[in-house]
Amino acid sequence: MTEQSTPPAEPTGAGPERLRVFLVDDHAMFRAGVRAELGAHVEVVGEASTVSEAVSRIAATEPDVVLLDVHMPDGGGRAVLEAMRRSHPQVRFLALSVSDAAEDVIGLIRAGARGYVTKTISPDELAAAIRRVADGDAVFSPRLAGFVLDAFAARPDAPVTDPELDQLTNREREVLRLLARGYAYKEIARELYISIKTVETHVSNVLRKLQMSNRYELSRWAADRRLV
Amino acid sequence: MTREYVISTVSGPPRLYRAPEHRMAAGVAAGIAEHLGVPVLRVRVAFMVLLGLSGLGLLLYAAFWAVVPVRPGDTAVPPRREFGQLLPFVAIGLCVLLVQMMVFDSVGAAGTAGWLVAIIAVGAGVIWHQSTPERRRQWGESLPVPWLGAVVEESDRRAFVLRFVGGGVLVAVGIIGVAAVYSPAQNLDAVVNGVIFALVGLAGVGVVAAPVLWRTWNQLRSEREGRIREQERAELAAMVHDQVLHTLALIQRNASDVKSVQRLARGQERSLRNWLYKPTASPTERFAAALEQAAAEVEDTFAITVETVVVGDRDTDERVGAIVAAAREALVNAARHAGVQTVSLYAEVEPDQVSVFVRDRGAGFDPDTVEDHRHGVRGSIIGRMKRHGGRAEIRSGPGEGTEVRLILPISRDSATAERDRS
Repeated sequence: MTEQSTPPAEPTGAGPERLRVFLVDDHAMFRAGVRAELGAHVEVVGEASTVSEAVSRIAATEPDVVLLDVHMPDGGGRAVLEAMRRSHPQVRFLALSVSDAAEDVIGLIRAGARGYVTKTISPDELAAAIRRVADGDAVFSPRLAGFVLDAFAARPDAPVTDPELDQLTNREREVLRLLARGYAYKEIARELYISIKTVETHVSNVLRKLQMSNRYELSRWAADRRLV
Repeated sequence: MTREYVISTVSGPPRLYRAPEHRMAAGVAAGIAEHLGVPVLRVRVAFMVLLGLSGLGLLLYAAFWAVVPVRPGDTAVPPRREFGQLLPFVAIGLCVLLVQMMVFDSVGAAGTAGWLVAIIAVGAGVIWHQSTPERRRQWGESLPVPWLGAVVEESDRRAFVLRFVGGGVLVAVGIIGVAAVYSPAQNLDAVVNGVIFALVGLAGVGVVAAPVLWRTWNQLRSEREGRIREQERAELAAMVHDQVLHTLALIQRNASDVKSVQRLARGQERSLRNWLYKPTASPTERFAAALEQAAAEVEDTFAITVETVVVGDRDTDERVGAIVAAAREALVNAARHAGVQTVSLYAEVEPDQVSVFVRDRGAGFDPDTVEDHRHGVRGSIIGRMKRHGGRAEIRSGPGEGTEVRLILPISRDSATAERDRS
């Protein structure tokens, strides 16, 4: 989504074999579509349509990346993330949802998803996003970058327990702004005179802060927007 | 409320209102004094003296309290009552009563009946006093007896408790009064016993009636919730019918025309998303809503996707309107000339500036060579931003796409005012 020029399916950082991907979505048609579109790039090792099914089958198949739907009848992607995160930390999650509402996006990221893309994404971009997540990077859409900027924007005088953690550095903010303006990673690198690797590091740090920054702040953020 | 105030003060004759800002009990005396143009003390003393005539003073006060409205437009919270000031008047009232007792020897059945009427009037006054003017008007329309509304209407918990306690006291006093009238008590003990028995009786009635009341209450609440749910469902159904089904029908008819199918689907997606997730704001009032509306118009007109991200928000004014218009022009340019399907629109509202970025990855152009005849760029974007104290930068190169940067500084004063207000 953020990477425009997509290299063909070359598995990077995950060994010579193709990436093993698991699909969680309650719509069978959508699963079939994704499976067909991704077939050339990755190996789809399993599917699940409910939270409980997903939890047991992900544990059994141990995929590299799980494509996770946000809204499902029995709890949604967040429940899957919370069930799997401790027991299987090596499994990476990429949220793939039709919803780009702030509370869904921030909620999934805070629960531990490594990225968030919407279902209108093209197959090539999706494959690129899966590869990036498997490599340990974060996948940010411009919209997600906007939400993060919003969440960290208004700094009140409230006591901050860990300023290092709870604040974005200027550099991270700049990177996010450029992401939100529709720049690709390599364009950001050119604009800021840094390497693509550095951009990826900044973005990963932002993701980490988002997941770990103090609860009070983000709940206040959500309350301000009448999300909770 | 304010309009009522204006009408009544401008065109109507001077009316009697209670004056809560000078109140001692309910502002009746102050209101009357203001209306008649006499010192308030005189009115108060008059009430106290009238108290001697079988409680007529209290009765009158309660009656005034019940029927005289608080001055409309007086929304300020009245000062706390000063009970210290009230004491002298209570003392005067007691004196008057004592004198009356000494003069007429005993109170008698007629006097007691007078007291009972007075007490009931006070209770009714309390209930009336609790009700708001709008609710009173509602009762007037829906109920033949407006007083009934105070008893049957649901209201907040405080009013409910007040009403409950007030009603209980009234009933107890009424029972005691009836007992006293028909078998006059000789000493205080009998009265105390009567009160205790009345309370026991009330408690018994309460115990018996509580489950029924509770059930009725719950039933009412669940019915109301059901009604609200039904209403929401009906609203959703109406929206789906008016928009989604029509769009799907249009898509089926135009299935061969990819462009128009995409346009229909995009517009429908946008409106559904707004309906599902976004708190509605008026595009004429808020910056984010205005920008999103501009993006939506460009999407619909040129059949492209505008990826809109807005961070922060603020009220619009003329200058903010100008940056929205400039952003719209930039979007139109991108849609016309870049030859791409997707344009990024990013806006950020900071305390001291508003910035908007419009970026596409299309054909691009060399700003130096074409600027002369591109009046759209020069007039609608650069010129407009300059006129309103902002600036516009256009970065482009053949094959590199275009980015239009619009920056509008905001003075500290208006920014802080904005923050204080929100």
